[in-house]
Amino acid sequence: MSTEFRIDVQKALGKTEVRAHFRKAMDTLMTNRRNQFPDDAALQALRHQAQAIRANALSKLPELLEQLEAKLTAKGVQVHWAETTDEANQIVLSIMQKHQAKSIIKGKSMVSEEMGLNHFLEAQGIEALESDLGEFIIQLDGETPSHIIMPAIHKSKEQISQLFHDKFPDIPYTENVDELTASARRILRDKFYTASVGLSGVNFAVAETGTLCLVENEGNGRMSTTVPPVHIAVTGIEKVVEKLSDIPPLLSILPRSATGQPITTYFNMISGPRQADEKDGPTEVHLVLLDNGRSNIYSDPELLATLRCIRCGACINHCPVYVRIGGHSYGTVYPGPIGTILEPQKQGLKVHGELIQASSLCGACGEVCPVRIPIPNIINRLRYDSVRKDTEHTPTFDAGTKRKPLEAAIWQGWSWSASHPSLYNFGGTVATQLRGLVPNKVGAWTNVRTAPQLADKTLHQQLKALGVDHE
Amino acid sequence: MKPDTIYFFGTCLIDLIYPQAGVSAVQLLQREGVKVIYPQAQTCCGQPAWNSGYRDEARKVARAQIKLFPKDLPIVIPSGSCAGMMKTHYPELFKGEADEAEALQVANRVYEFTEFLVDVLQVDLKDFGEPVAVAVHTSCSARREMGVADKIEQLLGQLSKVEVKEQAYKAECCGFGGTFAVKQPEISAAMVADKILHLRATGATQLVSQDCGCLLNISGAFAYQANHEGKTAPKAQHIAEFLWDRTQAAEEMKS
Repeated sequence: MSTEFRIDVQKALGKTEVRAHFRKAMDTLMTNRRNQFPDDAALQALRHQAQAIRANALSKLPELLEQLEAKLTAKGVQVHWAETTDEANQIVLSIMQKHQAKSIIKGKSMVSEEMGLNHFLEAQGIEALESDLGEFIIQLDGETPSHIIMPAIHKSKEQISQLFHDKFPDIPYTENVDELTASARRILRDKFYTASVGLSGVNFAVAETGTLCLVENEGNGRMSTTVPPVHIAVTGIEKVVEKLSDIPPLLSILPRSATGQPITTYFNMISGPRQADEKDGPTEVHLVLLDNGRSNIYSDPELLATLRCIRCGACINHCPVYVRIGGHSYGTVYPGPIGTILEPQKQGLKVHGELIQASSLCGACGEVCPVRIPIPNIINRLRYDSVRKDTEHTPTFDAGTKRKPLEAAIWQGWSWSASHPSLYNFGGTVATQLRGLVPNKVGAWTNVRTAPQLADKTLHQQLKALGVDHE
Repeated sequence: MKPDTIYFFGTCLIDLIYPQAGVSAVQLLQREGVKVIYPQAQTCCGQPAWNSGYRDEARKVARAQIKLFPKDLPIVIPSGSCAGMMKTHYPELFKGEADEAEALQVANRVYEFTEFLVDVLQVDLKDFGEPVAVAVHTSCSARREMGVADKIEQLLGQLSKVEVKEQAYKAECCGFGGTFAVKQPEISAAMVADKILHLRATGATQLVSQDCGCLLNISGAFAYQANHEGKTAPKAQHIAEFLWDRTQAAEEMKS
């Protein structure tokens, strides 16, 4: 029985060219990261520090959010709270309507992807234009990001060249990356000057000072947040940190883990709208703080670690599953290991519960995570939640809904026999039972492998014959 | 200080499919002057159920295991995966249970087999085998859960006629992952296909690993391609069996 996810996976696995492209891209990112951390002891110390900063912030999340709101409000930033993505979209829309704005220019924001903001605004007759080059490319092609920091990583240079030529017929066909970038810059420059609202995400929000920090490489983030008269920042409620001094360690580990850059080209610290004595900057700044299931995750001490994430994408870059199936197969906003733990928690196990099976639990993600999120442990926990009976003891949406009577009975039978070894020959029984566990899928094992052969004599029998003591 | 007696936990996979690996491991330990106790009531560490989300079922099986090691002796396990289950996951599995202390007692005494040979017994191996090119596959659990990724190479480094060939993407998972291989067979197949491609490219005629789950997957894929496509397949063995075969010859020559 093939699920929708497995059908998508099979299609993705069949695209050898795209797979080769992903492999090359991920290899480069892994090498770049490794080169940034030549001293493993220093890396581990920094990971511990970054984990502590994020864990500390989450431990006082409600207080820090209130402090952030107070500080920002005092500086003239308008702070909005949205429990759902619908609410967040409505907030953005009402700001747009107040200014009779017909277009919005966007810096890169995964939270806006989470909101489905572009489609929402377009349905309202408002043009939403992506200004991050990768986002710009996939928007041209009507696609979604396949990676959280490199949204167009699945596309080849040739595909992008053709896409530009198709969408902008007056641009001559070229595979020269500099020329393509220059064309995009020229197109976007006009939009920056004419859009009345700019939108951005937030990497870190500092409660102590009321500062919104934005990491980026192209300068489009700075343009989006400074050129249009109105700036709207959207972010998840978990992005707050306590102090300004928390920023340097996070800024040190984020780009090095993500792209293997020592630092990004731009680092923006936004402290409020244009003041009376200032000559530029937006006259209005808004912050939309989105929950969208985060409070639910926050309520469980183990699952809470999910919210430490600083969205570097290192887990994705190092995932042997992601590199083979690509980002779109996941069918979620956030792909890869972080998506595997985040999306089922946000949207429920019924919709995205299968993702937690799409992991060999190899641990590569947890090993590189800059804030030491134990991703494999959380996958294991979600697998437990998906089949557990005492569903009132977890905040996970749709807990217990993946419990199937046959599978549960098989594990119970296995459990009984493996805990009563003296009653009969353990080995043969277990072998038979495990064979029965997934009868329709044994064929898949032998599609590419020979079937395992049971030994003539078990280790129990052989060691007994050799006279090895048993107590 | 070398312990004179240890417990041996053979793992269900070795019990059923690779018993020779378990016998070799026991013989290697005995040759070092260590008395081996193999509790006959042992079955499985409980990991298959644990990784499938069936924690109560896993605990029931794990509970039967922790009672088998009452004396304060090291528990040696020829698998990074099962050792990782007992060492790192038993504490989670038994958290808040009446026998939590007992489970922690067991967890703290667990050693992966190659780790025990290198770090505790500090074995000194003599190689009397034929020259051979060997590729090593270290399981993800040995590498990341147990932190013993370098032990096989340290042991092979003592063997004068063994040349270790390093494959591309050495640290990448082979795609086994227990129930992953049956629940997501397409992704698993793609992973093992790449793994054997890189292993074959080394030209090694022998593959060793400390985990039989990986061996089941990798050698199964090699054998399939040998049967269906006539491609070469290195001989795949658990590290214990490989070491015993090559160093036992030395013992025979001495006597």
